[in-house]
Amino acid sequence: MSVGAEEVYDDGPLYEAAKKVYPQRIWGTYRRLKWIVLWIALGIYYILPFIRWNRGPYLPDQAVMADLAHSRFYFFFIQIWPQEVYYFTGLLILASLILFLSNALFGRVWCGYACPQTVWTDLYFWVERVIEGDRRARMKLDEQPWNADKILKRGAKHAVWLLIALATGGAAMLYFVDAPTLMRQFFTLQAPAVAYIWAGILTFTTYALAGHMREQVCLYMCPWPRIQAALTDNDALNVTYRFDRGEPRMSVKDAAKARVLNEPAGDCVDCVQCVAVCPTGIDIRKGPQLGCINCGLCIDACDTVMAKIKRPTRLIAYDNDENRERRQRGEANVFHLIRPRTIMYAALIALTAGIMLYVLTTRANSHLSVLHVRAPLFTQTAEGGIRNGYTLRFSNKLPEAADFTLEVAGVPGIAVTSVVAKSLPDGRLGVRLDADSTLEVPVYVTTAPDVNLKASSTPITFTAVDPKTGERNVVVDHFFGP
Amino acid sequence: MITDPVQVDKVSGQTTTGHEWDGIRELNTPLPRWWLWIFYATIVFAFGYWIFYPSWPLASSFAPGVLGHTNRAAVLADVAFSNQVRKDMTADLQKASLQQIADSPKMLELALAQGRAAFGDNCAPCHGSGGQGQKGYPNLTAGRWLWGGTLDQIQATITHGIRAPNDADTHTSMMPAFGKDGILKADQIRQVANYVRTLDGLAPEQGVDVAAGKKVFADNCVACHGEDGKGNVDMGAANLTTKVWLYGNDINDLVYTITNARNSVMPAWGHRLDPETIKSLAVYVHSLGGGK
Repeated sequence: MSVGAEEVYDDGPLYEAAKKVYPQRIWGTYRRLKWIVLWIALGIYYILPFIRWNRGPYLPDQAVMADLAHSRFYFFFIQIWPQEVYYFTGLLILASLILFLSNALFGRVWCGYACPQTVWTDLYFWVERVIEGDRRARMKLDEQPWNADKILKRGAKHAVWLLIALATGGAAMLYFVDAPTLMRQFFTLQAPAVAYIWAGILTFTTYALAGHMREQVCLYMCPWPRIQAALTDNDALNVTYRFDRGEPRMSVKDAAKARVLNEPAGDCVDCVQCVAVCPTGIDIRKGPQLGCINCGLCIDACDTVMAKIKRPTRLIAYDNDENRERRQRGEANVFHLIRPRTIMYAALIALTAGIMLYVLTTRANSHLSVLHVRAPLFTQTAEGGIRNGYTLRFSNKLPEAADFTLEVAGVPGIAVTSVVAKSLPDGRLGVRLDADSTLEVPVYVTTAPDVNLKASSTPITFTAVDPKTGERNVVVDHFFGP
Repeated sequence: MITDPVQVDKVSGQTTTGHEWDGIRELNTPLPRWWLWIFYATIVFAFGYWIFYPSWPLASSFAPGVLGHTNRAAVLADVAFSNQVRKDMTADLQKASLQQIADSPKMLELALAQGRAAFGDNCAPCHGSGGQGQKGYPNLTAGRWLWGGTLDQIQATITHGIRAPNDADTHTSMMPAFGKDGILKADQIRQVANYVRTLDGLAPEQGVDVAAGKKVFADNCVACHGEDGKGNVDMGAANLTTKVWLYGNDINDLVYTITNARNSVMPAWGHRLDPETIKSLAVYVHSLGGGK
């Protein structure tokens, strides 16, 4: 590159100072929807741990609980053991498919309405507005020197923020132990230290993310805006400035004049209300962008202005470029909510949910796993027989004790022994398991003296039956010999 | 450095870094300032770490840090904590007899788990990870016991060892070195070795007088090994009629054993392990398939 005097550039700033966003208060359809989603989300978060679900005398009666101490996860009728953690894979697949479907329909509505970052930031904005006043008052307060009024307002705001953060971090702990018990212990300072430590960590993250980081989380930390951009299509409905209607921008008077003269006149009066209400501080009129969380507050703001100047509302709307082209051709808007992509996502969601529901409702109440002892692979006994050892693990997922019978078959003339199980008169073994437990049972299978095994490896079948439920667990392993 | 007005990209409206390759310019998308603060915070954290934790190497040692933290102390604290947690359960093991442990599912579960761990730490080098043994080291799963295979006999053997010089109650009996000490001649040893093989159903060598071997056996061996060769657990005399051979059943192995005697040893674990660990070991070894 040839360097002339005009072509020597400054490298620009290496780091960008965050521009503070002061969202203005707004009323309207989408604001109301956001409040509804917010209260439902917070309601679920705080009430869920207190819902009871009877599981009998041996298991906790909390409907939703991740019981880390006993390695169990409870969700209403579902109980998941550590080795069944693959059920979570299904839940995660289901969650991402629902996210994809919502994205195919209405873009990043998850970000705008239901994401915890949005819900708590919105709540913090509300506290800020109640204590410090609306956009202009807050801007003035920022510029104003420190005095009693500023100290009082700032102090009150951060105090309420910290209280909310503590309630958030504290409530998270309720999902890990019995909620009413922890509530009592927490306030009488008798809860375990780990509960306070984690509540403290989550208090800090809530306060930092919802109070201070805000839109920076969406802009710099969250991967979803990046992934979402690759998943979207022409029919998804995103918050869109209808520039075919809005441009050229001019004042109400100029527009009225232009319309009389039959000259092009846009509806946008450049009042910048859409920017003032935006929680991420963007200008939607610049088109779709990473900072837009699709919350629709600018729609409410613009609708208010349009109503005031007596122009049709929805200059900003959930819309797409396809419709803009249709309008420019003089056609009507078409909303393709049902299209191959959304049908496919819905079908995949139904399929995944169906499979999940089926496997969870038909989940076995018992399990048997068999591990052949490798050292020694087999033993020549003093009596002249061949002995193989197996380590069996029984699982009883029922909330009551279970008595399994174990039958071993496949090798002729064998004796089955175990120090943990009882020998039954018919040659089978009886294994007793406590409620909701597993038991390791070493089992030795010994042939009669001088028996002639036909092969060095013979299939052998372990059948564990719970006579009460009739459940059978059959495992095929091998019996080794010389 | 000459600073000119910042160049702005016409399409995106964004500033550029001023770097250009074949007409393509790089947009300037600076990191947020708080990102830099986090970097500074990690530097501050590092200073805190130096002060509180062991970090700097010194000439012959290291700076221990004001917290005095060591991983070894942390492990010892963890071990002490788990011993504390297990105290009630191990107290049960201390009080109970071996038979009571074997009869109680809860105690048995604990004893087997503890026994397996102790076996891996102390016994596996000789007896194998699963108690399968090796030549010269008894197989504990086969049901052939030199000193008895009941719970109590196993406990006694583990506690006092075999020919352990530091334990008064150890198993002491010795087999004479019949060849080395001149009690039997070489051909007599070969005859009796062949006879012993027949006790286990193995074919004798061609041209060896097995009947003479039987006579040698009756004159020299029956006192300990019994007339039928089934041995005697009270004096650790091996049962010679089973398929299981501690030192091998090859004729040369047998000739060597009778000529030189083996008389191998096992430490008296009562001097090294606490009584409930030995109880757990006894229960575990007994459970390996060969227990009587």
